Amino acid sequence: MSKIHVTTTVNGDEVEFLADPRETLLDCLRDKLGMTGSKEGCGTGDCGACSVTLDGTLVCSCLVLGVEADGKQVGTIEGVAEGGVLHPLQKKFIEHAALQCGFCTPGILVAAKALLEQNPNPTETEVRYWLAGNLCRCTGYDKIVRAVMDAAADLRGEAA
Amino acid sequence: MPKDELKELHLVGTRPDRPDGLDKVTGRARYGADISAPGMLWAAVVRSPHAHARILKIDSTKAEALDGVKAVVTRADFPTGLTGEDWNLQENTMAGEVALYDGHAVAAVAATSALIAQEAARLIEVDYEVLPHVTDVDDAIKPDAPAIRPGAADASVPEGMPPNVVRYIEFGHGDVAAGFDDADLVMEKSYKTEATHQGYIEPHACLGQLGEDGRGEMWVCTQGHWFIRRMCTAVLGIEAAQLRVTPSEIGGGFGGKTTIFMEPLSLALSRKAGGRPVKLVMSRSEVLRATGPTASASMDVKIGMKKDGSITAGRAEFRMQGGAFPDAPVDMALYCAFAGYKMPAVEHIGYDVLANRPKCAAYRAPGSPMGAFAVESLVDEMSRDLGLDPIDVRLKNAVVEGDRASYGPKFGSIGLVECLEAAKAHPNLQAPLGPNQGRGVACGYWFNHGGETSVSMAISEDGTAQVSIGTPDIGGLRASIALMTAETLGIPYEDVRVNVVETGALGVNEPTHGSRATFASGLGAVEAARQAIGEMCKRAANEWGIDAEAVEWVDGAAQPAGPNAGKFPPMTIAEIAGKMGSTGGPISGHHESVPEGVGASFGTHVVDVEVDPETGRTTILRYLVVQDAGRAIHPSYVEGQYQGGAAQGIGWALNEEYVYGEDGRLQNPIFLDYRVPVASDLPMIDTVIVEVPNPGHPYGVRGVGETGITPPLPAIANAIHAATGARMRHLPMTPAKVLAALKA
Repeated sequence: MSKIHVTTTVNGDEVEFLADPRETLLDCLRDKLGMTGSKEGCGTGDCGACSVTLDGTLVCSCLVLGVEADGKQVGTIEGVAEGGVLHPLQKKFIEHAALQCGFCTPGILVAAKALLEQNPNPTETEVRYWLAGNLCRCTGYDKIVRAVMDAAADLRGEAA
Repeated sequence: MPKDELKELHLVGTRPDRPDGLDKVTGRARYGADISAPGMLWAAVVRSPHAHARILKIDSTKAEALDGVKAVVTRADFPTGLTGEDWNLQENTMAGEVALYDGHAVAAVAATSALIAQEAARLIEVDYEVLPHVTDVDDAIKPDAPAIRPGAADASVPEGMPPNVVRYIEFGHGDVAAGFDDADLVMEKSYKTEATHQGYIEPHACLGQLGEDGRGEMWVCTQGHWFIRRMCTAVLGIEAAQLRVTPSEIGGGFGGKTTIFMEPLSLALSRKAGGRPVKLVMSRSEVLRATGPTASASMDVKIGMKKDGSITAGRAEFRMQGGAFPDAPVDMALYCAFAGYKMPAVEHIGYDVLANRPKCAAYRAPGSPMGAFAVESLVDEMSRDLGLDPIDVRLKNAVVEGDRASYGPKFGSIGLVECLEAAKAHPNLQAPLGPNQGRGVACGYWFNHGGETSVSMAISEDGTAQVSIGTPDIGGLRASIALMTAETLGIPYEDVRVNVVETGALGVNEPTHGSRATFASGLGAVEAARQAIGEMCKRAANEWGIDAEAVEWVDGAAQPAGPNAGKFPPMTIAEIAGKMGSTGGPISGHHESVPEGVGASFGTHVVDVEVDPETGRTTILRYLVVQDAGRAIHPSYVEGQYQGGAAQGIGWALNEEYVYGEDGRLQNPIFLDYRVPVASDLPMIDTVIVEVPNPGHPYGVRGVGETGITPPLPAIANAIHAATGARMRHLPMTPAKVLAALKA
């Protein structure tokens, strides 16, 4: 099958690759661009480990074709820290021990960042429902929810 | 260790940032599928669509004709003559004459891209003769069930047993009949649990390379890379030392990554493709169809109890299927079933039964959750019938140090009574309950494990330390090892770097399993540090011209042990390390052992639920985990183990199960249908860390990983009974099942 030339922007940088039309955006990020921070846990949009933003919208990159990214803005875990400075979510995840194996962590951070950008003051229930599409098998979610709430408070300029 | 000494700890028990945290929040950490190599090929596996079928013919002509295909392997590419567990591993990696379950591998292909490999796999034609199958444990143990592997039974199985019984277990002590006669209340009930999957989010992945000379390399996500080395080399018939295995970061394991499933296929393909590296990554449906679920169980339990709640006798008869291989943890289930109780008389009977399902693998306290579901449900039922408080009944019968365990040995230091008392004192027990709400209590047990352990530590030129361990870090291990090493050396936590190293760098290590990593690798790191301290004291003594015995190590420095030893200012680790090249060479420490001072861990869970009478749906309102850690090295990660174990147990209790159709095929091989708990299913999970130090570890560690998955199954069943009056004896307690019970 002939490949299609894709030009897209990932974390602010313009990139190009040749995609087989069957390849997902996740495959392209990982295998063509070497950006392996986004993970494949299911390939069916159930686990959220591949979460990225596409023109600002949170998506499962395993459910988006690579060719669909043409001309769009892609945001991945590799772009959450800016200029070597961790995002408050990243700091709070470490501080609260909100990760054990760490495999779901990139997707959860991308998803949580998208939540806080549209709802800076979420309730615990809102955090739990927003993250219901991101499976974590290690933590029971307790410390993840606490870290997100604490990061939100931090971003609002409130003391935890 | 004496309590006074524990009080003087500076670092153990604190909560610093984990050393691998930065890599894991930025996407930099490299897991199984995150690495590639020059000239790499991609692999795909052909799997049986049948539960049980003779393989008549495999034709790979069309696949091999496809551009980009470099190798195809079948069982014919593996050595013959293996026996015992090695044969089981080889047979499970790639079916021989018969495919034994839906998803059993029958061929594999390597190609220049993942898409070509997948297309080639579809072009491999396999002719099957479909055979009768059986997937349910109670069906599989029937005398007329399809015989899955005639001749597979071991010597423990008496003559005349049904054909799929491959192991028979019988043990106990005391006069059970007299015990039941003595009781005021005797009850016998039957219970069933369905198979669940460990559900790690990272699918199995590896990158293997093997040359025609029999030398190879492997990068793999695993809980134990020496196990991978031993199993892969056995299955392929090469020498163990010729395969170097490097562990990736690991995206969860829970026991399911302590063995091999498809790893030898990447090596076999590589060898056939002229030594090119081959990457093999499972899809989620491959993970669910063909990797380690747990066993399913069918259990009968009988207990005799006096009016005051004291137990007079118990009997457990468990039947478990662990797939088409003799592996079900029925022995462990029986050992743990009555472990929390003083048992004057007890009888255990177990049957390990074959069925047409994938080969089960370890899953967090293998067997213990099933046994606990049966016994802890019945103890609850009897306590309520006698009008007794379920915690008080457990306290009345609770084992303490020196008691004979239900499975034989005498208990050392244990903390069950302390857990029960801490649970009783917790504010959650005072929370008011509304309509359709109920509270359930249950206890759980796991032995914990020592295991082969090899650790190395080296002092750097600037006085910092690096520790090499062989147990992969699944949930904060580097942090706990660094804390214990720094504590022992008397240096800052940040001055220790902990590396999980490959098989070429240490002696054999068992995996991170059995709740052993913080216990055993931690003990090894402390002993290695002590060895280095001995050497550093010697270097200082030489410089001062006094006996090494006259030097002691205090706060990261050598100093004279007393006024008689001489007057010298303390010599710091940095000073000693800075000149080690001219004072005798590198300073390091090593520790090799199979630690025997393992401390068992008990836990008590208390759960409040609300059951919707219209839908049968159970909501967890409050959840409390109390467990004996011995000593929490990094309390945040101990809490994390408690919370994660509870969440997995909640999933097992309420949602998760392997559903097989009439055709013997797995009906729910994706996360949409195999439903693990999501964030909106759970409340915060409260924890209490009980610390009854384990005298077998320098800092009192017991190991905390596994016990926590055990109590949720019965605790939730007990809570649902308290809320509704319905006694659920078959997991999972789905809304449909609970609703049916409410209407009965």
